[in-house]
Amino acid sequence: MSAGAKLGNPVPKIRFREPQIEMAHGAGGKASRRLVEGLFAPLLFGASSEPLGDAAHLKINGTRMAVTTDSFVVKPIVFPGGSIGELAVNGTVNDLAVSGAKPETLVLSLILEAGLRTDVLQAEIQAIADAAQKAGVRIAGGDTKVVEHGKADGMYITTTGLGAPLPGVEINTQSVRRSDKVLLSGPIGDHGITILLARGDLDMEGDLRSDTRSVFPLVSAVVQAAGPGVRWMRDPTRGGVATSLNELARDCGLGVVLFEDSIPVRDAVRGACELLGLDPLHIANEGQFLAVVAPEFADAALKSLQETPGGDEARIIGEIREQPAGSVLVTTLYGGSRIVDMLVGDPLPRIC
Amino acid sequence: MKYVDEFRDPELITRAAEEIRRLADPNRHYRLMEVCGGHTHAIYRFGLKDVLPSNIELIHGPGCPVCVLPMGRIDDALSVAKDPDVIFAAFGDMMRVPGTHGSPLEHKARGMDVRIVYSPTDAIKLAKMNPQKHVMFFAIGFETTAPSTALTLMRAKSEGLHNFSIFCNHVTIIPAIRAILDSPDMRLDGFIGPGHVSTVIGCRPYEWIAKNERKPIVVCGFEPLDLLQSIVMLLTQLQKGEAKVENQYKRVVPWEGNRAALRAMAETFQLRPYFEWRGLGFISQSALRIREQYAEWDSERRFQVPGIRVTDPKAAQCGEVLKGVLKPAQCKLFGRECTPENPVGALMVSSEGSCAAYYNYEHRKGGLLTTISASA
Repeated sequence: MSAGAKLGNPVPKIRFREPQIEMAHGAGGKASRRLVEGLFAPLLFGASSEPLGDAAHLKINGTRMAVTTDSFVVKPIVFPGGSIGELAVNGTVNDLAVSGAKPETLVLSLILEAGLRTDVLQAEIQAIADAAQKAGVRIAGGDTKVVEHGKADGMYITTTGLGAPLPGVEINTQSVRRSDKVLLSGPIGDHGITILLARGDLDMEGDLRSDTRSVFPLVSAVVQAAGPGVRWMRDPTRGGVATSLNELARDCGLGVVLFEDSIPVRDAVRGACELLGLDPLHIANEGQFLAVVAPEFADAALKSLQETPGGDEARIIGEIREQPAGSVLVTTLYGGSRIVDMLVGDPLPRIC
Repeated sequence: MKYVDEFRDPELITRAAEEIRRLADPNRHYRLMEVCGGHTHAIYRFGLKDVLPSNIELIHGPGCPVCVLPMGRIDDALSVAKDPDVIFAAFGDMMRVPGTHGSPLEHKARGMDVRIVYSPTDAIKLAKMNPQKHVMFFAIGFETTAPSTALTLMRAKSEGLHNFSIFCNHVTIIPAIRAILDSPDMRLDGFIGPGHVSTVIGCRPYEWIAKNERKPIVVCGFEPLDLLQSIVMLLTQLQKGEAKVENQYKRVVPWEGNRAALRAMAETFQLRPYFEWRGLGFISQSALRIREQYAEWDSERRFQVPGIRVTDPKAAQCGEVLKGVLKPAQCKLFGRECTPENPVGALMVSSEGSCAAYYNYEHRKGGLLTTISASA
């Protein structure tokens, strides 16, 4: 019985009717949203749940804090440009950052498979330590469980993060207005395509590295420049930029119009996507974020981003319009346009 | 990116679009069929309808292998793969295609050993890595993919690979075009001809379309400029009252096709007397089966295949859409019961399916286009 029902609120309505869990339910796209909104939210948050952000902002004994948690099941655990340990730190740090909080502390939960070699584990713990130091967060503690050989794929990591909300920042889809600008911190698709190539299933190689990093310095640059003009931020991980912006469009009821030619994509990513029939807008990122900023602050926010190390490839990639309400539209220089939906299914499972 | 950027150049595209506007007779309505699903996908992905005049109507053809496959074939293969000693291997675009009791992916979630492979060679690798199991590769496609299946069969035979077979669903494009032209409810002015299929079969097999049916056909590439240039070529022929086979995709398609590929196909495949196509019904000599000499690697000979025949859900109008009689959004199920997430028919699954392309890229755009293009 949920808290909501006990308090006499309407009985939560479970809308999730699918008989079993598929890989797509973990892919961050439409199916994930159905699972969270249709099953988890009604049971855990009651009937009147709000749109779900990257991190929850709470007040405990008068102190405001942000909290989030994320699990990492990436395969392979080491890939060009990073590894599961680094990802586990940066992923959670970034969820806090884009919720408008300064990441402070992480706790870890490890699930290890019996037979995992100690040197592999040690390397990942070292990666966690290094990434935490780089991101300026403290590891406060953790837990370890071991499961039988064959019941997990080497190691899985869950990280829970606490952060301090940045003063004067209010991230809220409802504050998004027509003519707001959409900023992107740098080239998209590097992480997803790197993992895809690292798996070696494709007989394709490319000179590409995961973009995993803490985006907090970049978020901080935007917040400093645009402060109250920052309406919304999100790190487009699974499901990519298209999925994050579709969620925004649905939650705020406005349209997001992107200018295809201004979206930065490296040639290696474009090439792989062309060959595989994927859209870079659907590919996962681990070191980029999107921000919607009021138009009068957009240029300052962009300049501030570009002057921050690692932000030189940031761009304004689109803007908020009345139409197409609830959808994302990509336009080209020659006047063509297409709708870009959320990711459907899971072309690349276990990407983070 | 070479071979891509120059074919997406905004200036060249704008010029081609102007040329089309100049050539198109405003008092005439043009109905051009793009045969290939790949073209359908590109037309929507690049928003080309936005740059074409409204009297040029593009009709989506049957060239989507996943779409034309009747559901019974998937049921047949999945019934073989129920055997826990069988691994079902297929390309990714097959994975979400619904069978009567769910797609291969749903069967996988219930415990069936289903693997995505990126080429038939990967399926051979899989068989070698799992010697105690039998790997069944679900082969699908027009002449584009048939040669690689042919080479895989030849390799399996020469290497004496015994735990591997192919469930062959290869079909051929010419009989499908003939069926479309024979269809009484179809009036077409010309064809945007298949690109990738033609790399294998060349341009000669289309000559009857020009000669006997008096329809122009232009073999076409898959970039925006390719498509617009092909439309220019078609309009030029129509304006002069000509009907010829032309090759716009010369950088890839040789007029005579690929002889080595055709030889490999002739070595391993023979025509089936008839084969069922979704929407088009039974078409004689329209599909390939594996020759007797390769019987050991033919899943249909090696296993008991029930030969299931399923009619499509009544309300679904996949057949009408496949033939180009209906536009995707005119189907009663489109966007309601049938979506890419919950597809009723295969046209909503494959990226080459016209319903999926329309749903993903066009649907919901509504009457926006004029306001958008001005400010982009």
